[in-house]
Amino acid sequence: MKKIFAVVLTIACLFAFTACGSDAETLKIISLGEYMSYDVLEQFTEETGIEIKYEEAPTSEEIYTKYMSGGLDYDLICISDYMIEKLIAAGELAEINFDNVPNVANIKDIYMENSKDFDPENKYSIPYFWGTLGIFYNTEMIDEPITKWADLWQEKYSGKIIMMSSMRDTFAAALAQLGYSINSTDEKELNEALQLLLAQKPLVMAYYVDEAVDEMLLGSAAISMMYSGQAYYTMSLADHDNFAFVVPEEGSNIWIDSYVITNRCDNKEAAEKFLNFINREDIATQLFEEVMYATANELVYDAIEDEELKLEEALFPQDASVDRCDVFKALDDTGMELYSKLWKQLKAE
Amino acid sequence: MVKSFLEKAYVAIIFIFLYMPIVVLMALSFNASKSKATWGGFTFDWYQKMFSDGLIMDALTNTLTIAFISALVAAVIGTAAAIGIQAMRKRQYNLTMGATNIPLLNADIVTGISLMLLFVKFTELGYHTILLSHITFNIPYVILSVMPKLYGLNKSTYEAALDLGATPFFAFRKTIWPEISPGVFTGFLMALTMSLDDFAITYFNKGVGVDTISTMIYAELRRGIKPEIYALSTLLFVTVLALLLIVNYRSAKNTKS
Repeated sequence: MKKIFAVVLTIACLFAFTACGSDAETLKIISLGEYMSYDVLEQFTEETGIEIKYEEAPTSEEIYTKYMSGGLDYDLICISDYMIEKLIAAGELAEINFDNVPNVANIKDIYMENSKDFDPENKYSIPYFWGTLGIFYNTEMIDEPITKWADLWQEKYSGKIIMMSSMRDTFAAALAQLGYSINSTDEKELNEALQLLLAQKPLVMAYYVDEAVDEMLLGSAAISMMYSGQAYYTMSLADHDNFAFVVPEEGSNIWIDSYVITNRCDNKEAAEKFLNFINREDIATQLFEEVMYATANELVYDAIEDEELKLEEALFPQDASVDRCDVFKALDDTGMELYSKLWKQLKAE
Repeated sequence: MVKSFLEKAYVAIIFIFLYMPIVVLMALSFNASKSKATWGGFTFDWYQKMFSDGLIMDALTNTLTIAFISALVAAVIGTAAAIGIQAMRKRQYNLTMGATNIPLLNADIVTGISLMLLFVKFTELGYHTILLSHITFNIPYVILSVMPKLYGLNKSTYEAALDLGATPFFAFRKTIWPEISPGVFTGFLMALTMSLDDFAITYFNKGVGVDTISTMIYAELRRGIKPEIYALSTLLFVTVLALLLIVNYRSAKNTKS
């Protein structure tokens, strides 16, 4: 008898915990890391009365896995381009009713246009922050202007070159240089790219991701592949002005991190309110100042008083540069396998 | 002479490898420059910024309350369990001890995922699921530190108290508790430290918008760690170190007496 009582009590406890939670108006958001300002979230709750539960994850892959595992019903997701493509294909996103998001007009057309590569009719996503892949170099150590990917193959910079330790990016540098699409999955083209990268390998100091920032600051590397926002961040840490960033003339990658509404969202109106809110000029400005990546919001960009900052390629790659860039398309399984195989060969040689 | 020098150098090298990274982290928390590569002068700015950052403070509150509550609950359940297990017959005793020891050796990720699978059946993931999972993995630590105290216990005093008319709880309080309380306290502190440290189990059992320090730092890795986090880690390290010192000091004192 006592035993039965204990079991019943235990189960009752579990259900007691279930009872709390489930408020009327809450939004659950998951986003890529360091993309939000706490004040903005508070202000949203103050203005609308809608509570926000916000969390971050370091990579798009992780957000995708977390969402797909089904344990958590997120309403809004902020995630990278190619993952949006995957989520659309999986039928996981809800169409945004843009009548409820009038502030979407503040987003610059060129980013909506670029979004069509993964969201063909601009139905599901609203661009948030963006940037491009490019070359970051120290003008003290390199006296000629860098303009193209091929410059990373110059022997005189041997031992001072950093490539990226991520396969899509490093292959993009080789593919673009050969005149192929950075989204190529053609075996012959990719093999050519591999040969090119293998030829470059003796000159390369290391394949890095975040460490590139420190190596460039220390001056132990002179030239490095880098993303624009990261390049600007490095510049802001440096005690000199001898850094420059360029989007190579052969073309490169533009990435767009966007907000989407999931089809598990049961309060679409609130979600759309939030999207409208973060695209309002004053809020978008606040977000831009906190995050310091290139904002997709045209009003924010236009309102920046510092002309130099607006022209800073490392923060805002200019329209002419963006025109040369393509979005990474999601790889299918065979493409993924091929890339991984070649990447291993490059790393193993 | 040479031998003693080599001995000392060997120990020194071990300690350098163990503690140098932490010393570097602590130094960086006072570095005025955001860069890891350059020293920009001494500053307390990051500590100040850390305390005014809402997200960090939320995570810190969660971490501390979860650690404290889970350690407390685990101490109660663990002590009761230890007393029960100790009274068992040999075969049952070995079986139960084995069962409670498994979670200690089990990979955190397995514990984390299995708890998550259980929780999503009954409830939404959130603060309370983190708390429940921490209580779960803390209990074995308490049992482990209370058990040795029970070995030395003379069962007859408890029985004598009952014979003389004491209620079981009163007898427990007067005869058993004074003997085992140092063990319970050590177990409590150990559980506290384990809970502060945990990442894997928390990661799988946390709900949307509830972060502890470890899961928050993990999300920040994408764009490099902010110096505020160095400051926070320094404080956390100092706290855990202090707790450990207390635990060790107490157990040293107990073995003496």
